[in-house]
Amino acid sequence: MSNTGGSAGPSHKAVEVGVTLAIALFGIVVIFGSVKAGINWGAEGPRAGFFPFYVGLFIVAASAMNFRNTLREDDGGVFAAWSELRQVMSVVVPTAIYVGALPFTGLYLASMIFIAWFMRWLGKYGWLTVAAVAIGMPVVTYLIFERWFMVPLPKGPVEEWLGL
Amino acid sequence: MKRSLRVAFAAGVALAIGSIPAVAAWEPVRPVEFIVPAGTGGGADQMARTIQGIVTKHNLMKQPLVVINKSGGAGGEGFLDVKSSAGNPHKIIITLSNLFTTPLATGIPFSWKDLTPVAMLALDEFVLWVNAEKPYTSAKDYLDAVKQASGTLKMGGTGSKQEDQIITVAMEKATGAKFTYIPYKGGGEVAVQLVGNHVDSTVNNPIEAVAQWRGGKVRPLCVFDDKPMSYDEQITDGKAWKDIPTCKSQGLDIEYLMLRGIFMSPRATKDQIDYYVELFKKVRETPEWQDFMKTGAFNTSFMTGADYAKWVETEEKRHELLMKEAGFLASN
Amino acid sequence: MEELANLFHGFAVALQPFNIMVMILGIVLGVIIGVLPGLGGANGVAILLPLTFSMPPTSAIIMLSCIYWGALFGGAITSILFNIPGEPWSVATTFDGYPMAQQGKAGEALTAAFTSSFVGALFAVVMITLVAPLVASFALKFGPAEKFAVYFLAFCSFVGLSKEPPFKTIAAMMIGFALAAVGLDSITGQLRLTFGITELLNGFDFLIAVIGLFGIGEILLTMEEGLSFRGGNAQINLRVVLQTWKEMPAYWLTSLRSCLIGCWMGITPAGATPASFMSYGIAKRVSKRGKNFGNGEIEGVVAPETAAHAAGTAALLPMLSLGVPGSPTAAVLLGGLLIWGLQPGPMLFVEQKEFVWGLIASMYLGNLAGLLVVLTCVPIFAAILRIPFSIIAPLILVLCAIGAYSVHSSTFDVVLMLVFGVLGYLFKKCGYPLAPLVLAIVLGDKAEEAFRQSLLGSQGSLAVFFSNGLVSTIMVLGLIALFWSAIQEGYGRLRTSAV
Repeated sequence: MSNTGGSAGPSHKAVEVGVTLAIALFGIVVIFGSVKAGINWGAEGPRAGFFPFYVGLFIVAASAMNFRNTLREDDGGVFAAWSELRQVMSVVVPTAIYVGALPFTGLYLASMIFIAWFMRWLGKYGWLTVAAVAIGMPVVTYLIFERWFMVPLPKGPVEEWLGL
Repeated sequence: MKRSLRVAFAAGVALAIGSIPAVAAWEPVRPVEFIVPAGTGGGADQMARTIQGIVTKHNLMKQPLVVINKSGGAGGEGFLDVKSSAGNPHKIIITLSNLFTTPLATGIPFSWKDLTPVAMLALDEFVLWVNAEKPYTSAKDYLDAVKQASGTLKMGGTGSKQEDQIITVAMEKATGAKFTYIPYKGGGEVAVQLVGNHVDSTVNNPIEAVAQWRGGKVRPLCVFDDKPMSYDEQITDGKAWKDIPTCKSQGLDIEYLMLRGIFMSPRATKDQIDYYVELFKKVRETPEWQDFMKTGAFNTSFMTGADYAKWVETEEKRHELLMKEAGFLASN
Repeated sequence: MEELANLFHGFAVALQPFNIMVMILGIVLGVIIGVLPGLGGANGVAILLPLTFSMPPTSAIIMLSCIYWGALFGGAITSILFNIPGEPWSVATTFDGYPMAQQGKAGEALTAAFTSSFVGALFAVVMITLVAPLVASFALKFGPAEKFAVYFLAFCSFVGLSKEPPFKTIAAMMIGFALAAVGLDSITGQLRLTFGITELLNGFDFLIAVIGLFGIGEILLTMEEGLSFRGGNAQINLRVVLQTWKEMPAYWLTSLRSCLIGCWMGITPAGATPASFMSYGIAKRVSKRGKNFGNGEIEGVVAPETAAHAAGTAALLPMLSLGVPGSPTAAVLLGGLLIWGLQPGPMLFVEQKEFVWGLIASMYLGNLAGLLVVLTCVPIFAAILRIPFSIIAPLILVLCAIGAYSVHSSTFDVVLMLVFGVLGYLFKKCGYPLAPLVLAIVLGDKAEEAFRQSLLGSQGSLAVFFSNGLVSTIMVLGLIALFWSAIQEGYGRLRTSAV
């Protein structure tokens, strides 16, 4: 899929090792948490941490095997070219900012800016199209969620000011 | 926000002058969130949605009432949400016994004192049920059998370290009998497990088991209240809720009623509390509410203000004691 | 024959003009609810429940059950077009539905999904009509041990399917189990793995994980390959419906098997989710084309959709006749019945004939109406894929955020969704299968709960899982499914050695 021959990028092996280690770490956290909850077989059958404990052990063990296999089967391929990763990051970073801003700006304002940015930056659309979609979508969302289905969505100072 | 401030200010002036207006001076200016600290379809959820339906149908509020379920951590999620919304009068919460049991059993940082009490809507009864195919006709018969079986008879209930298990432990303490308690997710499921003979008894609320009783599948033995229930309409076989004896009269001296009450976010003003009290008074007067009370054989006690707070305080002490005795308190 | 007379009377009730109007409104609302991630059937019905308060009970339940059908239909749409399952039972539909859409066969996939849904639901309704009381008592036989056996069977018929390395499959599945365990332990009433973080009280909701892993992850993968959605060349006229229908009868066996699995799961009541996974798993094993499952095989859409709908419909039966809901949505409908003063349970079929048969008749009509509505919209849905990626992608991202938020009204969940999205991208690129992970999140805690309830009842003896004919049979079926490939191989070897 991503083996585009010579284009440079992080090696597949390095990324996979990283993922494997992260999973193993997660397994250790699970084991730690389970021990705190009690892993023995109490009077009422297995206690709260009994199953998660073994699940954690399995995660660590499976990660160890995966680690070994990864080190063995090094095909020297790249995970993805830098240019491809840049594409991916151009979505991840703005989405992260969007998600982080949600609790403060409310959903509507953040969504408008996010959609407008995406369309303008990556799609190079004219301002009129951008404005139509970026404003139209949150308005429709407001009508469907808050008016019809009465599901409150996060709001910020602008909505407060408008009295919505 | 501005408008509500102004209204509050006007109300403050009115109070200061000493002429309290007859109409509640505060009204919601935005949709009111009605938090249910339990899952969709459960007893608290049904009650909340019934109230929402009544309010909508009778136009009791100018702003919509929106039901939101926050059931995580045995309701802890809902309580913490309201606790953190200090000064937001557009958030109310319906409570059940997990108001007391959840903080005690899980150790989450919450107490009912973090909220503003509004009103007690009703109390939910608990009844001891057995499968109708079994020979037990009185609580005494059944408890004797439990003692004989030395711990192998199964009591099914909703949740762990919550009301059903507290009653079970209280029964064990009072009689010396021993049950195997099996927790399930919801009351309806518990009732069906009893019909299928997967458990030997339950302490279901009336509304959870009434359908099975009408179908002749289960038999009520006694009610955990100080007097029999007041509903005399026939349910099945010439029996009404009224005919179920109290457990006390059967030699099982245990009383337990579950709160179905309303609280609101911290730091609410008197006007805001009064608004909701008036609202729930109106809700209680509707025929739909009275039908609902009858279906579920609820105890229709209503309390507000200091009486309500005092009642809740006593109940909290009692739960703390019961749970301490049962060893249900969070270890950390 | 009294049933038939009752049913015709029911049709007369359901065909009143007001009820027909209510039916169509319900279907349309249901499809909208099913399409929007985060709303979902149970939430949607719960939200609209109070609005039906002023209607006569029969019209109200017709409307609510039509919302339910609509949501079931709608769930398949986003699964196929964007790889975002809005409901747990639509996850299995993405396995082949999304690849089909990418190959430009979105219309075929949607038609197959809708038609299968209809067939599954119809099968279940016929069963409800004919054998309701008999079947309902079967549900009573299911205690915790039997339920665990069913979950065990669901897992077994699914693991061993993935082509990914076994240790990666194990790791992925175990991560799912671990995530499912976070939050309140329902057996001891104790918090676990929350590390004092209040946001984790909820645990990890399936929907948030799936929106992230499948939906966001897919968008990231698409970004990597450049700014385009594949599948834009989908046929967008109604002829595609007829063409697909010509193909469908070939899968009658898969369809029938899925109907039976679905009805069984719906009644027990284990629900539509294990039904869809089980049905997909078994179809993959048994089918001639099994090896190609996952690459856009139409049979891989037929199997889970038929089973999910059969289960979703059959789940209403134990709700009506026993008062025990077979699905979250059925639980909300149950609450509705109580609010209207109707008590579900053994007496409902005797005392409220008009209501019950009106409802059953509306199941026939509602499904038919639903099928017509969604089929005519197939070209519209397929045309969505023609919208340029840089317009549709931000809209999907925003909708995903709304979906993740509205599950628990928590902005923390939106952050989690993004984290899952990045994980989904990394996992997919590193060859970790996502399906076992999601299956474990959905069923993990339920399986654990049933297991521990059984052990409580049996005083800790594992023999409870082989204590009667029913539970032993299901457990043995599970073991057969687990070792199916080994059995097949052994059988094949025997045959070759014999020749």
